[in-house]
Amino acid sequence: MVDLLAKTACDGLAPLNIGTVCLREGPTVPMTTLAPYRGQQAALDAALQAAHGLGFPPIGGSCQSGDARALWFGRDLGLLMGIEPEATLAQYAALTDQSQGWAVMQLEGQGGEEVLARLCPVDLRLSAFGVGAALRTEARHMQASICRIEEDCFQIMVFRSMARTMYHDLKTAMEAWAARG
Amino acid sequence: MRIHCPLCGARDRREFSYKGAALVRPLAAAESEAWHAYVNLRENPAGPLAELWYHEMGCGSWLQVTRDTVNHTVSEVVLARDAALGAGV
Repeated sequence: MVDLLAKTACDGLAPLNIGTVCLREGPTVPMTTLAPYRGQQAALDAALQAAHGLGFPPIGGSCQSGDARALWFGRDLGLLMGIEPEATLAQYAALTDQSQGWAVMQLEGQGGEEVLARLCPVDLRLSAFGVGAALRTEARHMQASICRIEEDCFQIMVFRSMARTMYHDLKTAMEAWAARG
Repeated sequence: MRIHCPLCGARDRREFSYKGAALVRPLAAAESEAWHAYVNLRENPAGPLAELWYHEMGCGSWLQVTRDTVNHTVSEVVLARDAALGAGV
């Protein structure tokens, strides 16, 4: 058996500290999309509560319980992060493993909103995008998922193949924000 | 120009991609004239037009957007699933 080396999506991309903002790769965790079958969303919500202690995320939001987080990930789509879903959920939703398929980054510190404002055409200020809010939007022509996981910490996800581009664009935006002093 | 996605709220035009006029698909057994009209014939109004847009960078929904072709005013947006375009005549 060949011994394969696991590489994370941001392997080789060093964490950045520019001005007051810090960029680093998020923890490597299991990720599974939950696509409820038509009319099964309430049943899936109940099954998630029973199995993992969190519900199916509302539009534009997320749910958290311990290490597990469920993000709203598109129309009739959720992303379960941090735990493997219980097999019983499969009767209510299509479960698809996405682990390692997405680059997960965390942008932390004062000024993160201003950095993201240079990349995304949505209002990510705390007043419009509170803690736990999650949306899909464009980040410099890439399909991204953005979630405010803490008041001063954003989780940014793009397809794994876009990791280096996202890192470069975030770095450029962080430098531009820092240069304003 | 901003489009008010029923799920995501008002979003910039760059998040969407355009397909074309929103037309009711004829039944499979419909006359070839009906299919010819569906495939080839288009109105070109200077005014409101129902169109299909795809929220590619957002929630992934197909939307039926009623847009004024003169001034780009968007008057109505509904999920294409709810727009009864597959009803057939």
